[in-house]
Amino acid sequence: MYSYSDFDEDFVRSRVAQFTAQVERRLDGSLTEEEFRPLRLMNGLYLQLHAYMLRIAIPYGTLSPRQMRQLALIADTWDKGYGHFTTRQNIQFNWPVLTDVPAILGALADVEMHAIQTSGNCVRNVTADHFAGAAADEIEDPRPYAELLRQWSTDHPEFQFLPRKFKIAITGAPNDRAVTRAHDIGLRMHKNAKGEPGFEVMIGGGLGRTPMVGRTVRDFLPLGDLLPYVEAVLSVYNTLGRRDNKYKARIKITVHETGLDEMRTMIETRFAEVRPLFAGNDQALLHDIRAAFAPPAFRNAPIDAYHAFYKADPAFRAWADTNLAQHRNDQYAIVTVSIKAHGETPGDATSNQMRVLADLAETFGHSDLRISHEQNVILPHVHKSDLPAVHAALVQAGLGTANVGLLSDIIACPGMDYCALATARSIPIAQEIALRFKELDLEHEVGPMKIKISGCINACGHHHVGHIGILGLDRAGVENYQITLGGDGTETAAIGEKMGPGFAYDQVVPAIERLVNTYLGLRHEASETFLMAVRRVGLDPFKTALYGSEGTQDAA
Amino acid sequence: MSRLFVPKVVTANRLREGDVVYQTADNRWTPFHHEAELLGDEAHAQLRLLHAAAQKLIIVGAYLADAKAGPNGPEPTHFREEFRTRGPSNYNHGKQADFAN
Ligand code: SF4
Repeated sequence: MYSYSDFDEDFVRSRVAQFTAQVERRLDGSLTEEEFRPLRLMNGLYLQLHAYMLRIAIPYGTLSPRQMRQLALIADTWDKGYGHFTTRQNIQFNWPVLTDVPAILGALADVEMHAIQTSGNCVRNVTADHFAGAAADEIEDPRPYAELLRQWSTDHPEFQFLPRKFKIAITGAPNDRAVTRAHDIGLRMHKNAKGEPGFEVMIGGGLGRTPMVGRTVRDFLPLGDLLPYVEAVLSVYNTLGRRDNKYKARIKITVHETGLDEMRTMIETRFAEVRPLFAGNDQALLHDIRAAFAPPAFRNAPIDAYHAFYKADPAFRAWADTNLAQHRNDQYAIVTVSIKAHGETPGDATSNQMRVLADLAETFGHSDLRISHEQNVILPHVHKSDLPAVHAALVQAGLGTANVGLLSDIIACPGMDYCALATARSIPIAQEIALRFKELDLEHEVGPMKIKISGCINACGHHHVGHIGILGLDRAGVENYQITLGGDGTETAAIGEKMGPGFAYDQVVPAIERLVNTYLGLRHEASETFLMAVRRVGLDPFKTALYGSEGTQDAA
Repeated sequence: MSRLFVPKVVTANRLREGDVVYQTADNRWTPFHHEAELLGDEAHAQLRLLHAAAQKLIIVGAYLADAKAGPNGPEPTHFREEFRTRGPSNYNHGKQADFAN
């Protein structure tokens, strides 16, 4: 695991000291709110609907047990005993009081964490495949590159005041689990004809008000060119990006308005200028960083006990079937711990659950933990013989839900239960869908299904790339929910299509039920997933299910 | 012809705690919506907002929110403001817990 250098350590400590003084000056009146607001946002502190909210970066989703325990301590000491994992591999605390925030930042610095650049028009937390370093399909662990990008972008003097926020996602595998095509820059590793690894660079992806799938600006970027190339992209965007209109300021609009070819030419020209300036320091640094991401010392031991248990225990079998993924070492499995127990808040873990996860990672998981953009926690390296013990401990802690990738594994943003920007709630919609399908006992029958819910057009809940997307809106003072179908966040990325008029709050669950029943009625066989079926038959049967045969009836 | 003015209350978040408060007629900040001063006149509402916004060491982000008269005092008219009087719907946190009973 990567450890802070002295430079990182000094930087983070000095920011904590600065912010401590800024809070004092705000409280004694020497700073106005207008002056203080950008300062607190630079440190991840938002003022939300009912309280302040502190957003803490979890770089490329990787946490050590010690860090997880510290988050639990923060939750218990200064918050309400839980934390919320977000789609950007951050954790948010929903109830800190302003005067405690300096102490929280100090506690984070003690474990090499911070909340810097989790807000503002800068390069945000670099996100990565949550199975990085473990997945069977991976070419190379992308996290050393993510760490390189993190160091380069942290407090980068040229890129602190970009036209708008900037999000980078990276994966080392052909199967895209990091939604790279929905990011300002998406990086996907693959091999060229000579078998050398490099990155496909995609730019201009993003959800929100104007959803767009990222477009490939460079098919193959040699690994050693990563930093100068990303710098070239940022630098072209920093010059061209629109500062006159917030809604047109993201790089997706720049690409759209400038044209991909023109952008490519400008980026390559800039790259040619910048490349020689990187005289190899970045590669020396990368070399050191890589050592910190060396694979763990995998155990070599029999796995018969796992197979025997799998045959004997149906609850374990159901969990293993949904929550395990193939590890690159045959004796190992990747465990996705569902933070989506039916009826609970997606992505919320209690301090006790955090401590259980930290203990499990230490005892059985080579001390490695990940947070996925799907708001679950991953134990990336568990020897199969340990899986029964891990499962039993998870069940005890309320973390044994066997639903990963299924209907109740819902992404939901905080919505109007917390977020000041929200136009409607999203959490209770997720809770009710999960409970209803548990009652129907249908989700295993339905199979792979991604439902994603956002509480406003900003799309933090990724609803555009949900197989079923739900967007909460305010229609004349009433919560109203728009449904989209056919979205996809993987390497075959697609933006879901709007079905028609929105649904009232209490009509959403029945609407989802009609969609699911329609799918079950028309699929050829169980192996045809919901998304495959939608792609085969189109939207019409689903529109009929939602609105009746006229297809025009206003369901709201 | 002037539009009919929708009555308002002045609301904000407390600077230190971040919780939702309302301005009362006797210039207190109360956590209870029904104790807020209901402002039926537009010019008066603007004055009261200015008065609130000047209290920079107590509150943040004062604004006028639509409200209506109710049996126990002003009530919110929009669901967002209704949620602000209570707290989140997924946990018993916020005002609904702090001021239970
Ligand atoms: S999608 Fe909207 S409501 Fe949800 S967290 Fe983002 S800004 Fe808030």
